[in-house]
Amino acid sequence: METRATRLGLRVWTFLVILFLHLPIVIIILYAFNAQTAQGWPITNWTTKWFSPTLHDGEMQQALWLSLKAGLGATVIALLLGSAAAFAVHRFRFFGREAISFLLVLPLALPGIITGMALNSFFTFWKANFSLWTIVVGHATFCIVIVYNNVIARLRRTPTSLTEASMDLGADGWQTFRFVTFPAISTALISGGLLAFALSFDEVIVTTFTAGVQNTLPIWIFGNIRIGQQLPEVNVIVFVILLVTIIPVTVAQRLTRESGILRNE
Amino acid sequence: MGQRLDSGDLLAPRRGGPSFTRARRRLARPLWRLPWLRGIALLLPPMAWFLLLYVAALAVLFVSAFWSVDVFTTKVVHTWSLDNFREIVTSSAWRRVITRTVVIAFLVTLTDAVIAFPFAYYMARIASGRTRALLFVLVLLPLWSSYLVRVYAWKVILAQDGILNWSLQKAGLPAANIGYTNTAMWLVFSYIWLPFMILPVYAALERIPDSYIEASRDLGARSFKTFRTIIVPLALPGVIAGSIFTFSLTLGDYITPTLVGGASSTFIGNVVYNTGLGAAGNLPFAAAFASVPLVVMAIYLILARRSGAFEAL
Repeated sequence: METRATRLGLRVWTFLVILFLHLPIVIIILYAFNAQTAQGWPITNWTTKWFSPTLHDGEMQQALWLSLKAGLGATVIALLLGSAAAFAVHRFRFFGREAISFLLVLPLALPGIITGMALNSFFTFWKANFSLWTIVVGHATFCIVIVYNNVIARLRRTPTSLTEASMDLGADGWQTFRFVTFPAISTALISGGLLAFALSFDEVIVTTFTAGVQNTLPIWIFGNIRIGQQLPEVNVIVFVILLVTIIPVTVAQRLTRESGILRNE
Repeated sequence: MGQRLDSGDLLAPRRGGPSFTRARRRLARPLWRLPWLRGIALLLPPMAWFLLLYVAALAVLFVSAFWSVDVFTTKVVHTWSLDNFREIVTSSAWRRVITRTVVIAFLVTLTDAVIAFPFAYYMARIASGRTRALLFVLVLLPLWSSYLVRVYAWKVILAQDGILNWSLQKAGLPAANIGYTNTAMWLVFSYIWLPFMILPVYAALERIPDSYIEASRDLGARSFKTFRTIIVPLALPGVIAGSIFTFSLTLGDYITPTLVGGASSTFIGNVVYNTGLGAAGNLPFAAAFASVPLVVMAIYLILARRSGAFEAL
């Protein structure tokens, strides 16, 4: 129904939007190889000399280690609770079923500052010390919905005739799960898990409220950018992080064919 | 049950043996006989997590907004008062912060909707299958690459000696110098949340059956009329779904204002962050301030849910 001019216009627009989305990322990657400590443009001297000191920086390593632990913890909890909720909502009809997806999406849909501040008040109220576990609780809370959405979308697309056939052939509930249902949802689990990890690994706002004095990698980066120190090191870490996040996202993308923010196509 | 020969045993994993299988079945029997028990067993852990941690935390937040801090001991006093809220409403400085945050969040949402719609339209209704898949990855990558990194990239781009001013100078134009202003915040927020708008709008547009458009044309509607009366209304839930993210994420942010905002760019998030975690800590006041976006978003979400936007997430 579109005229040729409209189509051309839309194509140009699409191209420009893609440029807009990617140029800043390309530019910041270049800065990892900037020989000067100043952040001006153009970059005149290129180097890889910042990589070695950055990767050996003890403070950075500690922050990275904490981020990895928190990400893993949050992902494991999100996988267990998210898929349990998805199975329950998919299989059973019960009162308040519709409200569950609403409840699960709240930690992502509400501003991060609210989740952060709420958990902070909560931990302070119970006099809980801020630790790895307070970070994990915060992250898991908003990661659950990612796994939930991936798994429930897959369950909805998996024909029930498969499980029925399995039962008819004499498999019990566990065997049906192990040999039929689980293989059907496994890639959705991997994809949801990867995205949950990526989300946790990158999170700043909720983390500042649940970390106390600990530094996760994003908090380390934020602190340095804010006071403008160690910027060459920050640039290197930024480059590494971009590389590291590209991998899970592309893998997750290949594993599922869902569309949506919280699901991955 | 133990005496019956189960064909299921043939399927069972070799490891574990028959006694393992029997124990497993004994455990599974009540769950099998009473399906609702299975439902509860599945639903209980995630619901317990959400109610005991998240909803309880929101409740503590809301309740502590009515408490106050003793000026001398800096301890939280559990006496009920509306003082925090009264201060927020009456102080013009706080009102300015709230207005600024909401207005910029609104402008960002509008900007993203305008940028995203033609893009999503091209992706959903014109692009070939392969182009569409490629565009999809190209939207997802920035969405999932570090938020902090992308804000930082803009900080570097917009800086005085950054690439923006350099390019403008090369083109013979005056320097833009928008670093550390509200304009910079608007630009960076629009950039950061754009993929969150594109994806739901795309999902909504893609779902419109071609037959609707054919029917509209058969009934004599011109392209523009079809667009206005068929496509836009059907894509609206997608736009609303996207706006939940663009609006809410802007509303609760303090990183972007800190990194690319200027002296008069304080956001709700900055106030909550500074009073909640800063040296002059006043947790109850921070809680009260955080309930401003909470109330705004609660109303927004309820309205959005009615429009069916949640299906498009």
